[in-house]
Amino acid sequence: MNFLAIGAIYKFEMARFFRTLLQSFVSPVLSTSLYFVVFGAAIGSRIQEVEGVSYGAFIVPGLIMLSVMTQAISAASFGIYFPKFIGTIFELLSAPVTFFEIVIGYVGAAATKALFIGTVILATAALFVDLEIQYPLAMVAFLLMTCISFSLFGFIIGIWAQSFEQLQLVPLLIVTPLVFLGGSFYSISMLPPVWQTITLFNPVVYLVSGFRWSFFGQADVSIGFSLFAIAAFTAICLFLVWRIFKTGYRIRS
Amino acid sequence: MLHTEVRELKLPDTPSPGMRVKSGDTMPAIVEVNDLRKTYSGGFEALKGVSLTIQAGEILALLGPNGAGKTTLISTLCGITQPSSGSAIVGGHDIQKDFREARRLIGLVPQEVALEPFEKVINTVRFSRGLFGKPRNDALIERILRQLTLWDKRDAQIKELSGGMKRRVLIAKALCHEPRVLFLDEPTAGVDVELRRDMWQIVEELRQDGVTIILTTHYIEEAEAIADRVAVINGGEILLVEQKAALMKQLGRKVLRIDLTTAVQAVPEALAGYDLELSADGTSLTYTYDTRAERTGITRLLQDLAGAGLSLRDIQTKESSLEEIFVGLVKEGAA
Repeated sequence: MNFLAIGAIYKFEMARFFRTLLQSFVSPVLSTSLYFVVFGAAIGSRIQEVEGVSYGAFIVPGLIMLSVMTQAISAASFGIYFPKFIGTIFELLSAPVTFFEIVIGYVGAAATKALFIGTVILATAALFVDLEIQYPLAMVAFLLMTCISFSLFGFIIGIWAQSFEQLQLVPLLIVTPLVFLGGSFYSISMLPPVWQTITLFNPVVYLVSGFRWSFFGQADVSIGFSLFAIAAFTAICLFLVWRIFKTGYRIRS
Repeated sequence: MLHTEVRELKLPDTPSPGMRVKSGDTMPAIVEVNDLRKTYSGGFEALKGVSLTIQAGEILALLGPNGAGKTTLISTLCGITQPSSGSAIVGGHDIQKDFREARRLIGLVPQEVALEPFEKVINTVRFSRGLFGKPRNDALIERILRQLTLWDKRDAQIKELSGGMKRRVLIAKALCHEPRVLFLDEPTAGVDVELRRDMWQIVEELRQDGVTIILTTHYIEEAEAIADRVAVINGGEILLVEQKAALMKQLGRKVLRIDLTTAVQAVPEALAGYDLELSADGTSLTYTYDTRAERTGITRLLQDLAGAGLSLRDIQTKESSLEEIFVGLVKEGAA
């Protein structure tokens, strides 16, 4: 294992993050605050409580998930796409590193960024609402798994993308709608029965539900399903990354 | 050393000094390329069975026109492109099976200037060292950056640098992990005179440290100035590999220029058999001859010149340059 190389990639990627600290730090704080103003204050004043939890607190896990998923994808996909775009990928390909080490470096850095943003949002949210985390260990585990699996997913998108447009395609057209429709801001039980069934095909539902369970001890779907969903998603991403490695897909001609 | 034999070109059977060095035991091979082929997915055959042996410590110039396969060959040896078949060994390590060990020995300065625009010079160089599995060594990096006159720019972002400076950064990145084999892909294309001079200076210092250098170029004067051996590649095939001096000696044609005391209107009849060229002002004659030929005809020509009543003011000979040899070879290959 070339740990020095993993460390070099990780540091290099984190430096990119710190160069854009304003965007990395201020932007999630601002958008979270806006969500609280709009959803929490405006809508929350009419909804009051969802399943015994104040609406303001209820949306916190969904908000964190929304940002963590999109940030993990964008950080990891940009991280590997940019060297492809500007040509510096030659150095990674000619270095004494395995593809596995490259993945650890990039995905590790992207997951760290996503985790940082998730934590910032959690802290911001705590300023607006009273938060109680019933299962802190489960919460951290869910958050970590989401950071890692969506960073892996982002890495795959970054390898696949051949233009900046394609890079944005999956996060904007697939992930954002899935997250918004995945029960981030409402409980599935609030939907008409038909939509409740349809929603169950949305994988994000299981992640948000599981994450919310770690906060409030209640979930739309059973926690077992949630764990299975995130494990399955991680496994699919790992399989795709392994295939990319085997075939050199869109990186090594 | 089968692989360095001259291909598609008939050379004298007597071994030249260059050939003796090639088969000598004193210089171990550091790069051995064996029947390397590369066909791109579009069907383009960029390498058609390249075999080449490069000795430790030598400077080999890989000469060829655009699209000859120079960059593909380098990319394949460095791991950027996967070969379709064949093998290559660097420092005793197979570039595919034992890629980690092989690549540790290799530094690459690519043709295209590709650098992370927002990163600082020193960080991007440190990154390269780490990527190659080497622990941080600030003293070494300082030495390299100073050598490349980049030290004052170490905290500048790459995007603030001029084109020539960026190329220096690429060289620093390639050198910072102490490679034993350095590939320079068109290192001086579009580079100012100063950098070119610095480059050659660095190449010379690296040679003294025993670093093997493979340089692709289509600037023949570059090969002529710094290479020990020259390999000519065209259409994905190595046309020849030879010691530079031997190559020029073997293939070189010489030009004999004869300055006349008084101008003449035309080449005298008596000299018609010599294929002489008269200069426009009628004051000099040029005679081209093959140094390989058994008889160059110079003695007879000089006698006949005197016989024709011409008096000579000066005579000079000039060896043909690698460029002329190269153009001849590539044409021959294409024929």
